[in-house]
Amino acid sequence: MPLLRDGKITEDPYTRVVGSDELPGEGPILVDLSRWQAERDALVAWGSEVGVQLAADESPAAIALDLEHIALVALEFPAFTDGRAYSYARLLRERHRFEGELRAVGDVLIEQLHFMDRVGFDSFDMKSAEAAEEWKTAQADMSVWYQPTGDERATATRLRRS
Amino acid sequence: MYQYDEFDADFVQERAVQFGRQVEDRLAGKITEEQFRPLRLMNGLYLQLHAYMLRINVPYGCLNSTQMRKLAHIARVFDKGYGHLTTRQNMQFNWIKLSDMPAILLELASVEMHGIQSSGNCIRNITADEYAGSAADEIEDPRVYCEILRQWSSLHPEFSFLPRKFKIAVSGSDRDRAVIKAHDIGLRLHKNEAGEAGFEVFVGGGLGRTPFIGKSIRDFLPTQHVLSYCEAILRVYNQLGRRDNKYKARIKILVHEMGADVFGEKVEKEWAEIRETALELADSETARIRGFFAPPAHEKLDDDDSDLAGDPAFATWVEQQTAGHKKPGYTIVNVSCSPVGKPPGDISAAQMDGFADLADTYNFGEMRVTHNQNLVLTDVRKKDLLPLWQKLVTLGLATPNHGLISDTICCPGLDYCALANARSIPLAEKLSERFADQQKQKDIGEIYLNMSGCINACGHHHIGNIGIVGVDKKNSELYQLMLGGSAEEDASLGKILGRGFDEDGIVDAVECVINTYIELREAGEKFIETYRRVGPDPFKEKVYSAPA
Repeated sequence: MPLLRDGKITEDPYTRVVGSDELPGEGPILVDLSRWQAERDALVAWGSEVGVQLAADESPAAIALDLEHIALVALEFPAFTDGRAYSYARLLRERHRFEGELRAVGDVLIEQLHFMDRVGFDSFDMKSAEAAEEWKTAQADMSVWYQPTGDERATATRLRRS
Repeated sequence: MYQYDEFDADFVQERAVQFGRQVEDRLAGKITEEQFRPLRLMNGLYLQLHAYMLRINVPYGCLNSTQMRKLAHIARVFDKGYGHLTTRQNMQFNWIKLSDMPAILLELASVEMHGIQSSGNCIRNITADEYAGSAADEIEDPRVYCEILRQWSSLHPEFSFLPRKFKIAVSGSDRDRAVIKAHDIGLRLHKNEAGEAGFEVFVGGGLGRTPFIGKSIRDFLPTQHVLSYCEAILRVYNQLGRRDNKYKARIKILVHEMGADVFGEKVEKEWAEIRETALELADSETARIRGFFAPPAHEKLDDDDSDLAGDPAFATWVEQQTAGHKKPGYTIVNVSCSPVGKPPGDISAAQMDGFADLADTYNFGEMRVTHNQNLVLTDVRKKDLLPLWQKLVTLGLATPNHGLISDTICCPGLDYCALANARSIPLAEKLSERFADQQKQKDIGEIYLNMSGCINACGHHHIGNIGIVGVDKKNSELYQLMLGGSAEEDASLGKILGRGFDEDGIVDAVECVINTYIELREAGEKFIETYRRVGPDPFKEKVYSAPA
């Protein structure tokens, strides 16, 4: 899957470790929540970056106290219509002050990138090879924002006052 | 009313251009219907039985004459010459061609209108009391907060993929004309002992397959916190609402299964975290929005009713259609779009144009759409009522049935809708013909008859004093009868009386219910009051013992 980050397709440095699969010899790894919880101490001591992937029914409250050890949180969209991860993303960024990489995985469509960007995602597991082009289009579509979220964009309300 | 500034105008224009491009992609075959579906739904475009249907938002029911003329233009050029007023105070067009959509959206954007979020699992058009700003019994103008909520909910990045659609209504009077207890969030503006305005917050009301009356989770929310509190409710719902079954996905099911107390505690906890953020309304911002809803330039008039007699037809209309206004010499005029024998809520392009002219002449260029699928002029001089009525007669908009049995709420039903089990419009027409006699209607008095073509309840049948719902039994259309619902501050859900009826049978059954009420009522008692006093049994007995 092409990984979109900073508007560009980039190589994903993480090795995805599903369930109880064997860990690779070295390098950044992305594990499930259950693995993180079961092997937390060993993973904290892992010599490289560790990411945790949360399923749509796993709240980030489960890792809120561990975030200093976690470089990447990946949030799953089992279907683009399942919007739970939008709330999780905001909670991670705005409530828990998570500053690492926040990745959208699963059914991530170009039309949703704009919303994902606004709630704090900064990397996206895309289906389309043209994702970088589509990203540009999506970014250019809208220029007015009404809601204060964790991103730095000025809302219409704030701009009206200035 | 609210007027767009550069930000709002850019927002709608950009969205229109974006959707125009998506339509072009679809027409060129670059995207599939499956990929296109969520895009069109987010812009108010449904695929119905025979054609695309476009639902255009009328924010909390407020329209100006320029917008109404644009809707007339769209009806004439892009549809079959008429539109349909909906229970979310919107206007929908039932015969739209996909290839016309980009042009239609640009036309709408030019008059500050759009279809954004009129469909999809997101926050829908926010509705309000249609008398807002003018009602004699008003405490606070709900439109100020509707507009603030409208902006906040527009393409909200966190809440555009909720478990299910989400509807908010705001009322600012003692009398609830906005059906707030049948909404996902209902906000009731009132004042505390210190004289400050705030909201009582109801959650988890709704109709559909599993109807619930909303529960109060907070008595008094200071107005500056309306956005943070709604954001807290939506955030709890977005995370915990059921997504395994779309019929159990509305917030009402979550609130019911969890209990309103527990749900309320979760909301309060979340709210405590976000109440003092940029969501808190600055007084200056509320005042700026309030400025848009300043009363029009009313004249100082005596409250003189002497011109209102004369022609008995006129007097009947005045008595039935007008409501109390804050200002002496002014009145609120209800304009019925449910004439006898016609589909409730339908309005032709000629009527739209004509009505826009009347709004310009008699009502400061503005008008309202009601959840009862009618229109309202909120600021008419009493001395203008006669010429106004004469022109409404010419337009076919002078039916004096406000709050009477022929003023029904009715969904589009099987004539248009892919979900329906039964036709509702022809039944509404038959019923209005059965009760066409004005004297008879007047004698029956205030009563609300609502009907839906299926259990999804777009016609609000649960909260009609009399409700009718179409069901499909062995491939024939069948109608069930419910009694005892109410949409107002004493909101209640109707109960099914017994076995269903065919189309003629249900008309007879309704007549039997009415005759039973007339026999049983005590002096001055409305239908709902009699029903609540005597219960369903006397009605059941009469309806099911009548010769078939």
